[in-house]
Formats: sequence, C-alpha cells, structure tokens
Amino acid sequence: MERIKKIALFTVALLLAAAIIAGCGQQKSGAEKQGASGGDTINIGVNYELSGDVATYGTNSKDAILLAFEEINQNGGVLGGKKFNPIVLDNGGKREEAMSAAAKLITENKVVALLGPATSGATMAAATMATKYKVPIISPSATNPDVTVDPQTKKVRDYVFRVCFIDPTQAIVGAEFATKDLGAKKAAIIYSNSDEYSKGLYKVFKEEFVKNGGQVVAEESFNSGDQDFRPALTRIKDAGADLIYVPAYYGDVGKIVNQARELGIKVPMLGADGWDSPKLAEYAGGAANLNNTYFTNHYAASDPNPRLQDFIKAFKAKYNREPDAFAALAYDTSYLLADAIKRAGSADPEAIRNALASTKNFDGITSKITIDENHNPVKDVAIIAMVDGKQTLKKKITH
Amino acid sequence: MRFSKKNLLSLAGAILIYFLVYWLQAAGVISAFQEINLMMVGINIILAVSLNLIVGFTGQLALGHAGFMAVGAYVSAILTTNLGQPFPVAILAGACTAAVAGIIIGLPTLRLRGDYLAIATLGFGEIIRGAANNINYIGGAAGMIGIPQLTNWTWLYLMMVLTILVIVNFLNSTHGRACVAIRENEIAAETMGINTTYYKVLAFAMGAFFAGIAGALYAHYFYLIQPATFTFFRSFDILVMVVFGGLGSITGSIIAAAAITIINAALQDLAVLRMVIYAVLLIVIMVFRPQGLMGTREFTLDRWVPKRGEASGSAGN
Repeated sequence: MERIKKIALFTVALLLAAAIIAGCGQQKSGAEKQGASGGDTINIGVNYELSGDVATYGTNSKDAILLAFEEINQNGGVLGGKKFNPIVLDNGGKREEAMSAAAKLITENKVVALLGPATSGATMAAATMATKYKVPIISPSATNPDVTVDPQTKKVRDYVFRVCFIDPTQAIVGAEFATKDLGAKKAAIIYSNSDEYSKGLYKVFKEEFVKNGGQVVAEESFNSGDQDFRPALTRIKDAGADLIYVPAYYGDVGKIVNQARELGIKVPMLGADGWDSPKLAEYAGGAANLNNTYFTNHYAASDPNPRLQDFIKAFKAKYNREPDAFAALAYDTSYLLADAIKRAGSADPEAIRNALASTKNFDGITSKITIDENHNPVKDVAIIAMVDGKQTLKKKITH
Repeated sequence: MRFSKKNLLSLAGAILIYFLVYWLQAAGVISAFQEINLMMVGINIILAVSLNLIVGFTGQLALGHAGFMAVGAYVSAILTTNLGQPFPVAILAGACTAAVAGIIIGLPTLRLRGDYLAIATLGFGEIIRGAANNINYIGGAAGMIGIPQLTNWTWLYLMMVLTILVIVNFLNSTHGRACVAIRENEIAAETMGINTTYYKVLAFAMGAFFAGIAGALYAHYFYLIQPATFTFFRSFDILVMVVFGGLGSITGSIIAAAAITIINAALQDLAVLRMVIYAVLLIVIMVFRPQGLMGTREFTLDRWVPKRGEASGSAGN
C-alpha cells in the first residue's frame, strides 16, 4: 500500500509539473514571438468558452478563428509579411475567468487585440480589462446591446466592438418582412417568459409591427421547457391571426410548430436565430410541418456567395464537421481584425481601435459590414425559409 | 481568545502577510492576472471554510452554497449601485440577508438527512437563480452591470481573516463541539441533550452569512453579476474544495481553495486538456486520500511552539 501511495503522489506531482511547464512554455513562446511593436509576429488574444456548458459555441468560434489566421498567414500575413500568432485561453464560461484570461493575454502575452468570448456576460467581463488597458476587443457573437453601450451613461464603450447584429435588429427586420413580404395584418406572438432573449424580441417586434400598420391580436407567454402549448395556440387560432411570431430557441419552437400544425393552424410562422439547429425538424414532428415557416439569421449556409462556400468547404476539410453561425461570425471577425490592421498600417492597439471604429463596407462572408457609432455592425440579416426541412435563403435585408 | 504566545504569533503572521502583499501590489510586482486570481483565492477560501462548517463539521450535505452567495451578491450590489450606500453597510446587509435565507431554508429542510437534504438545498439554489432571472429590478437574466469596483486587497483580507477567526473560535466553543457531536452521531448527540435542530440551523445560518460576504466581495470586484454566475456548478466547485481539503479541516479547506483556484488559472492555456487534468487530479486524490488532503487534522503552530499545559488549539478532533 505504501508503494502505491508513493506512486500516486508521484503521479500527482508529475501531472502538476507537466501542467505548469506547459503553461510556462506557452507563455514563453508567446513572449519570444512578441510582435506588438517590432518583431515579425502579431499576438492576438483568443479568449473562449472551451469547457463548461456553452463549450460548443466557444469551440466552433475558436476553430474558425484559427482557420482564418492560418489562411491569412499562408497568404503572406499583414504589414509586409508579419504573421498572426493567436494565443488561445479557456475561460470555462465563467465571468471571473473571462476577466483573468483577458488580463493575462494583455499584460503577459502583450496581445494587440482580443477576440471573443462568445456569450454576452463573459464578453462584458473581459471588456473591463480591455477598457482598462486600452486594447480593442471584438466579440463575434455577443448580442446584448449593453455590451458596446453602457446602459447607465448611454456612452459607447470605446474599445468594445461586435460583428453580429444585436437582438432588437432581428425583431425590426422580422416585423418588416412580416408586413411587406408576408402581407401580415394580424399577428400573434408566443414568447418565453423565462428568457431575456425571447422577451426582448417580443417587445421590439410588437412595437415595430404596430408601427408598420399591423395589429397584434394575441400575446401568449410560456416558460422554456414547457410541453403543452395547445391552450395558448387555440386562443391564437380563435383570435384569427394571420402570422405567428415565435422568438424562442429551437427546442420550444419545434414543439410549438408541431402542436400548431396539429391544431390545423396553417398561417406562416416567423422566428429568430434561436431556430437555427439541425434538430429543429425532429422537434417539429417532421419536415413537412416546417413548411411556411421563416426565421432571421446571421447567415444562410445556402447563400451562393463563393467566399462563404469556400469557408464552409475549408472548415469541413479541416475539422470534419459543418460550421455554424458562431463559426461564420468568428471567421469574419478575424478577417475584420486583419483588415483593420492593414488599414491602420500598424499593429498598435490604439491605431487598430480607430481603424475598427471607421470600418466601412468590409466584405465579410456573412455580409458587408459597416461599424456604426455604437460599435454595432450595419449588415444584412438573412431571412431563411424552411422548405421541406431544408434552410433556403429567402431574402437579405440590410439594417 | 487568550493572548498566548501562539495567538500572538498567528496575529503577527497574519499582519505580515497582509503588508507583504500590500507592498508587492503597491510596488507593481503583482500583475493584473495575478491580482484577479488573488481575489478569487480569497473569495474561494471564504466560501470553502464556510461550507466546511456545514458539511465538514456539522455533517449536513448542502449543495446550495452558490444560492447564498447570490443573495449576498445581489443585496449588496443593489445597496451600493441603486441606493448609494457605503460598501461596509452593503457587505453586512448582504451577509445578514443570506443568513436569514439560511434560517428560512434551514428550518424546514434540516429535518432531512443526507441525500434528501442535498436535493432540497440544490433546489433552493435553483430557486434563487430562477427568482433572479425573473425580477426586472435586478436585471433579469441579463443581470446587474456597472457595480462599482470596491473590493480591494484590504477588504478581501479583512473579511477572509474574520471568516476564519469566527469559524475557528466557534468550533472550539461549546456550540462548535455540539455541531461536531451531531456529525458523529445525531441520535447520540440528541440523547446527550443537544438541541440538534437548533445547532444545525445555527451552523447553516453562519455558513450562509459568510457565503453572503463572499458574494458581496465577488459582486464588487467583477463588476457584473448574472443569475448564470451562481449555478449549481459553483456550489459543486466549492464542495470539491471542501472534500479535497478534508471534511472537518479548516486549514485543509484553505489550502485546497487556494490550490484549486491556482491550478485552474495555470491550466487556462491548455483549454481542452484542462478538464482532463483537473479530473485526473481529483480522482487520484480521492482514490489514495479519500479523507482529503488534511483529513480532519489541522495544520497548527503547536508543532513549533511548545505548549503550555493541555490547551488544545485545533478545531475538530
């Protein structure tokens, strides 16, 4: 037993030593290749949720970023041959770790810009460090409006940018599409009361739809994870709605669509990016139920844009799986950063910030992107129609 | 607390550590990254020591510690951000509210034992999170942002020392012995005339009080709090620290909280491998030291300072 104990202790010590050496080694290589000013590499901080409950968002984003920088480096890099050196840290989806990772990347690895995290909460935590040390941070997928604008002072956060549209934008575009393209006059809304995303979209859609001359005839709420939506749907049916807006995530959406079609509700249904999942048809009880449904999204995989198709092919070839919206947005973010460094003519964080703020018509794979005064992108919102279970691009609306 | 040689030595040590870190910080030796982790070490020590009082010493398996932390964080954040109260008032109010929550949840649930209590307290943590999700005044699921950054090394260290001091002295008192007696055998303790419900609720409320302090410190260092910050996983992380350090060892909890926080930070670079190494470490420790790093023993100064008489300085047995 004594011997086993000794072996165990030794194993623990070895693992610890390995971890520490690996940690230090990576730090050193980062410091040696330090290229913030001078050297031939430019350090970029990649701060993502690679473990924890939203690890899939982080992993897809990180993989797309690494792919993008690999491509840029192969094509000769930026600023006359300088190569990007992305340094990846995991924040486990925790606020405090997102903040400490950002601090480490800035102060120890001397990165000139931070990419990520994927979620709004972690991005806001990391952004405090970026603001403190005056290093730009770009989140590809944080949709909360407060990320770039301080809600108390209404002032834009100088060093914080994003590449995805914010939640209200989706609802505004959705309302426009509903009245202009679907000719809806009487809308019903069914939203999740336990979800900020759903509540936010509901409020803005209602406002916009009424502003466009429509009428909201029924408003029903549920809690995410509910099973039976028939009572609410029956009331919607009786109200005579000619469109149902369902701003929720695919799990609930599938059940709602399934039960609505069961009750003989044939009117079009409209949603937002929470619908985007290969599992949607399964939850909806078959692809046929999804016909005549639409949702707003960051991009459409079926968009014929050749650069988007190249990206999808390259991502599949490298990682052997389909990219999602997180990956597409993260890929755009990397190229946007490279573009800003080229336009700035230097890899100085302040110069990069200024170049990012003045981005006009950057040609990304999800859309052309212009950064507005609130550091939000002005870009296309893709409207996707479900046709026999396949996502097809119906329309793009710039907002 | 007597002014024995040992106590004076501990006091001198505590003051020395405070000024050493303070001086290092003032001299700019501690980087931003190290400072954040220093804060996390302190907060986790408070959480682990206070949970150890409930789980390790009183023997009640509770999984709702993140819930108490959330109560402290939200109440203190409301007081400073929305009502403009000073920080000490906010910490105290947060801690007291958490303690009241501890009593409210403790009275009905502490009749339960073992697994049942674990599930009930787990439910409590989820209720707090669910409530925070649905109250618009505190920001709903988006949480509160723009909380002033008031926690610094001085506050953190003060609160950490206070937590340890109060809990260690509690455990060495009659009340603490009663708690340990409940852990060892509840029926025997009751037979000896110990009011078990009273002591269980007392330990629960005390643990909640200090978790509330930790929550207040957390909210005022990390600038934003969201219901998602206080999930079951955080309760679980704290429990891991307690078990890792040894159920019933205060010094064990301190060492484990510091070690786990630092290991976690050091492994950030390894991304995917991180959880694997962390898990392997835990399994190895649990297989070969199921009683935790320290068991129920304490790391005391008794070894170096000659004792006068039979005065026992260590908590537990």
